[in-house]
Amino acid sequence: MQSYSGVGVSPGRIIGTVRQMPRPVSEPPVGQSRPASTTADEAVAALRAAASSVQAELKRRAEVAQGNAKAVLEATAQMAVDPMLLKSAVKLINGGATAERAVWDASASVAEMLHNLGGYMADRATDVLDVRARLVAELRGVPAPGIPQSDVPFVLVGEDLAPADTATLDPAKILALVTSGGGPQSHTAIIARALGLPAVVAAVGVDALVDGAVVYVDGAAGTVHVGPTADQVAAAQAWTAAAATLTVFDGDGRLADGHRVPLLANVGGAKDAVAAAAAGAQGVGLLRTEFCFLGRDLEPSAEDQIAAYRGVFEAFAGKKVVVRTLDAGADKPLPFLTDASEPNPALGVRGYRTDWTSPGVLERQLAAIAAAAEGTTADVWVMAPMIATVDEAAHFAAMCSAAGLTTPGVMVEVPSAALTSASILGEVAFASLGTNDLTQYAMAADRQLGPLAALNSPWQPAVLMLIGLTVAGSVAEGNGKPVGVCGEAAADPALAVVLAGLGVSTLSMTPRALAAVATVLRSVSLDEAKELARLALAAPSATQARAQVRAGLPILDALGL
Amino acid sequence: MFERKATIASRVGLHARPAAIFAEAVGEVPIDVTIALESDPEEDAMDAASILSLMSLGASNGDVVVLRAEGEGAEGILDSLVRILETDLDAV
Repeated sequence: MQSYSGVGVSPGRIIGTVRQMPRPVSEPPVGQSRPASTTADEAVAALRAAASSVQAELKRRAEVAQGNAKAVLEATAQMAVDPMLLKSAVKLINGGATAERAVWDASASVAEMLHNLGGYMADRATDVLDVRARLVAELRGVPAPGIPQSDVPFVLVGEDLAPADTATLDPAKILALVTSGGGPQSHTAIIARALGLPAVVAAVGVDALVDGAVVYVDGAAGTVHVGPTADQVAAAQAWTAAAATLTVFDGDGRLADGHRVPLLANVGGAKDAVAAAAAGAQGVGLLRTEFCFLGRDLEPSAEDQIAAYRGVFEAFAGKKVVVRTLDAGADKPLPFLTDASEPNPALGVRGYRTDWTSPGVLERQLAAIAAAAEGTTADVWVMAPMIATVDEAAHFAAMCSAAGLTTPGVMVEVPSAALTSASILGEVAFASLGTNDLTQYAMAADRQLGPLAALNSPWQPAVLMLIGLTVAGSVAEGNGKPVGVCGEAAADPALAVVLAGLGVSTLSMTPRALAAVATVLRSVSLDEAKELARLALAAPSATQARAQVRAGLPILDALGL
Repeated sequence: MFERKATIASRVGLHARPAAIFAEAVGEVPIDVTIALESDPEEDAMDAASILSLMSLGASNGDVVVLRAEGEGAEGILDSLVRILETDLDAV
């Protein structure tokens, strides 16, 4: 029986049939000319028919999409039948080219023109190339790029999901995600955890799986088996039964001995916040405000921002809401704030640093947060992403104070902030560890790259040591200032135990993970958690740290986590 | 040749969604319609049914554009297209 091994990034055991993401559309040969049997008129007619059906398909998808995705799909649908694009393709066909090659070249010229216009228009160049791939696929009669459409739920297998794919992914149609690329912090992993779909990433060789193959996916173990055994069928059934009991969180995060570890939610807006509150979250540990900014050509107005923030505060009346100020840059570019041409965006002007190049945006955001907090009973905390020095922390605290915000804090994502946390916490009221970025910076490993998945594990002892040092800095500072975790690590029940043992005061995660994390935390005392944390810190590798901690938590296997 | 002026009402300008809605509407009329910024000469006018042309025009909120067309029913058609441009299409 064939099997593949990767990195398990979202637990669950399921059996399903494989559907491969269509391969990227290949370029038609340069100078490809029409065979004598096809007239120019026939080629033009084929192109027009393809354009209409691509337009119809994109319009159909736009109808069911929401917000920004809808606007992008509507615009892309119209590009498929754009007279300027089609006119220049027809000219090439009349010059002897095939329809495929003609539309390929015509789109390339348009994309280049848009690219040269810069800014917002340069971003639309990507849309033109997406339309081109769809037109060529339609002309060839092969599936369009993107997530396959199916009436029956399936196991989606591909190289990696792009953010654009995840926007159109229908969780009701997908049983599990399996990718040959990507890492534990890739978009595939994050979307899988948010949707509660079992997922395995960096599983080399799964590109060879054929459509229709029946596979057993174990999202905790990180394995994929073709042709499930009787034992695996039983395991999948047991998971389905257990999963039903792992959906309820009573809103009281604590260890077996009663030691409290409040469990908070990571949210991106009011709709998320309402769902998180319903799932029992004890507050918001990370409000990602960039969701209010992304996909915009201009900075959102004060009114828009206030409305967006207030919706979240109202969902958590009387509870803590930690707002992260705008975290643009790297994988979240914004046309009015970030420079797309940076050679190394992860190490570039991003997060808090955009205040240096575009002063005013952060100040206006803080004013909007303060205005939104007025009249609500939420306990509003504010933190800046990508803080690296004590001076930055002090400056941010001063800006918060000027805006009338009383609880300023910092994200600890840059190793320098972890190492100097005692001095940084002298300037602010709290710290929150962003483990995704802390891991990528500690290990010097881009979190989107599949080949670096093993380096990009928050189980790396060096990362756990930086977390321990951040907590030690708070102890040394002497005022008991809280250090929470709001990265993906908090959603892993085994790591959550380690984090509690390291002295982390709150854990914030995707609301899906609350019940599983709460159940596992409640199975250990603080002393047991400290002992497991000690084991993890002393382990020589991420793999062994994980294996040793999991061995000390038999409840994980019993629940299929 | 008939001409009509219109002031762009959409807050983001004639981009993305507003451009898609307008281009589609122009694509459905039986005559050719061109669009240009008020400040640009007539020979720079572009095909108003092309979303790519509309986006490269770069018309912002409050900019005045000129629509031109000839043929049967051109006046009525231009009037209806002006109404689309003078609606805030982000709010639709």
